[in-house]
Amino acid sequence: MTSGPGATNTVTGIATAYMDSVPIVVFSGQVNTVLIGNDAFQEADIVGITRPCTKHNYLVRDVTEMARIIKEAFYIARSGRPGPVLIDIPKDVSAALTEFTYPEKVRIRGYQPTYAGHPGQIKKAVKLINSSKRPVLYTGGGIITSGAAKELRAFAERLSIPVTNTLMGLGGFPGNHPQFLGMLGMHGTYAANMAITNADTIIAVGARFDDRATGKVEEFGSRAKIIHVDIDPTSISKNIRVDIPIVGDAKNVLRRMLQVVEEDKESFGGAWDHAIADWLRQVERWKTEFPLSYTRNGTLKPQYVIERIHELTGGKAIIATEVGQNQMWTAQFYKFLEPRRLMTSGGLGTMGYGFPAAIGAQVAYPDMLVVDIAGDGSIQMNIQELATAVQYGLPVKVVILNNGCLGMVRQWQELFYEKRYAISVLECVPNFVKLAEAYGAVGYEIEHESEVDRVLKKAFANGRPTLVDAHVNPEEGVYPIVPAGAALSDMLLV
Amino acid sequence: MRHIISVLVENEFGVLARVAGLFSGRGFNIESLCVGETLEPEISSMTIVTTGSDSILEQILKQLNKLVNVIKVTDFQDADYVSREMVLVKVNAEERTREEVLRMIEIFRGRVVDVSPRSYVVEITGNEEKVRAFLALVRPLGIKELVRTGSVAMMRGEKVMRANDKQSKGGSNGEDVLRK
Ligand SMILES: Cc1ncc(C[n+]2csc(CCOP(=O)(O)OP(=O)(O)O)c2C)c(N)n1
Repeated sequence: MTSGPGATNTVTGIATAYMDSVPIVVFSGQVNTVLIGNDAFQEADIVGITRPCTKHNYLVRDVTEMARIIKEAFYIARSGRPGPVLIDIPKDVSAALTEFTYPEKVRIRGYQPTYAGHPGQIKKAVKLINSSKRPVLYTGGGIITSGAAKELRAFAERLSIPVTNTLMGLGGFPGNHPQFLGMLGMHGTYAANMAITNADTIIAVGARFDDRATGKVEEFGSRAKIIHVDIDPTSISKNIRVDIPIVGDAKNVLRRMLQVVEEDKESFGGAWDHAIADWLRQVERWKTEFPLSYTRNGTLKPQYVIERIHELTGGKAIIATEVGQNQMWTAQFYKFLEPRRLMTSGGLGTMGYGFPAAIGAQVAYPDMLVVDIAGDGSIQMNIQELATAVQYGLPVKVVILNNGCLGMVRQWQELFYEKRYAISVLECVPNFVKLAEAYGAVGYEIEHESEVDRVLKKAFANGRPTLVDAHVNPEEGVYPIVPAGAALSDMLLV
Repeated sequence: MRHIISVLVENEFGVLARVAGLFSGRGFNIESLCVGETLEPEISSMTIVTTGSDSILEQILKQLNKLVNVIKVTDFQDADYVSREMVLVKVNAEERTREEVLRMIEIFRGRVVDVSPRSYVVEITGNEEKVRAFLALVRPLGIKELVRTGSVAMMRGEKVMRANDKQSKGGSNGEDVLRK
């Protein structure tokens, strides 16, 4: 993108990718080499600005380095724990000519990601699991990144261990699987949070103990020994001390762990089933005691809209979300069945992420249905991208759960700030249907529950960029909720 | 706990900023940081003196290792090493105290590198304790100015820190980065 303002505009996107380990390579323009440092027109030190939010970045000072740097950038972005890499190219360098030779291999002396888990640690982990009576799997985005969904399922099913996912991990384990507990954390399910709190062994794979997932760290799994599998050593024992760290790729390590289990069939036979039977019954009770729910009372409920989107897409659409209640309800009520069906800004929580992400997904998968589930606040952060969708004929769908407010902020003010609704009520919400039409996209409105199916079906089938403005009940909250800083077991259920 | 860490890095544009930014961005302490070229001109060595609890140190070592330009990280904790720092001190040297200052410099094997009617510039080289002891002794006589290089360190004996000892980042169990 353009040097200076173009480059600085990408910082939020880059930081978002960095937090969620998304591999991207960003090319930024820079002023002429001789002008660097002179406060030239449209000069910004974008390498300096993005240093803390990229996995690595480069300033190309000589065109002969360009091919090597590009090769390295793509390699670094995609390998190990993926992340964004920025390449800053001064004007004169981009205009210079050179013989093109693309290197076959990269050699970076200081970069050697670890893929294979330490065999001794893996054995120790399996032994610990075998001695446990209340095991739970807590898995995150690493499962998706590493392509380990199959391995996770095989491992979990073989040992009958219940599974909870982080937000980024959703789809890494089938949302309709009997062993699935749902998401854990601040808006996690009762069953997931109770299981974590009462487990004696937590097997964390590709998850990083983020504070939204752990709640009060002192009480997270305080009765448990923790095994942590992660490709990024810095994620291990950062927030919570773990007992058995395993640095490695989730797919590799899970496959290997299952092999170790199979080599020891004796220990994981009937005795194992017997040992964890009480625990599994307990977990089942938690699941049936307080399942995710909402009340249908004739008003249009956002959760209902999401359930219908799930039903009408067979759970197979690519779903993007914005940030706030829309995001949490999607995580709770759209049961993701496969990996790579959810795009959401988990780590940074970037409002405005969903729509551009959906457009990108639609470019990559022209034949798939891509839906951005949005809030009326977040969608206005990047609504101008309607132009992109229309210009390139990308039939993305945006479903706005329009509650007339910054719902998540409003909910916190309701629960924790004596209903002082400061700045959270949007007194000027545009007419989204007209706005969509003004861009040349299609706009529909939903006022009542009874219209949901008809309008969504029409929207999903029309083959055009479409915005659906669903006027949902503004009072609805996301539940359960663990207040900030509280332990996971301190959930407000309704 | 005070730790001396040696970091071998690619001698490239911006690497110092990456390391310094890592410390400030994550709220880690830097007592001193000393950089220079090694035998291989494309590799620099940084000696960083830092303090922190065991878990913070663990993060510091892992985070340093994670930087793409960092080739090797060595914590000298529990290792057999020598460390030295050089300090230039401008001390008061009044008629009354000149002799005493000189005596102390001699005891500490320092050198007077500049003389003026009312002050000396003294060069002292030593490990942390020696430098601290010297400064404590001359402080009552009046220190006008102080500049320190920060510590550099090296393993005793045959062992060398070689950059081509590539380590897979984080090693195999995430713990072996800590003691190498
Ligand atoms: C860029 C940005 N600014 C501010 C916030 C803080 N924030 C989190 S949720 C939220 C409200 C979102 O409102 P809306 O998009 O209408 O979604 P709802 O919660 O109503 O579903 C805000 C302001 C944020 N996450 N990102």
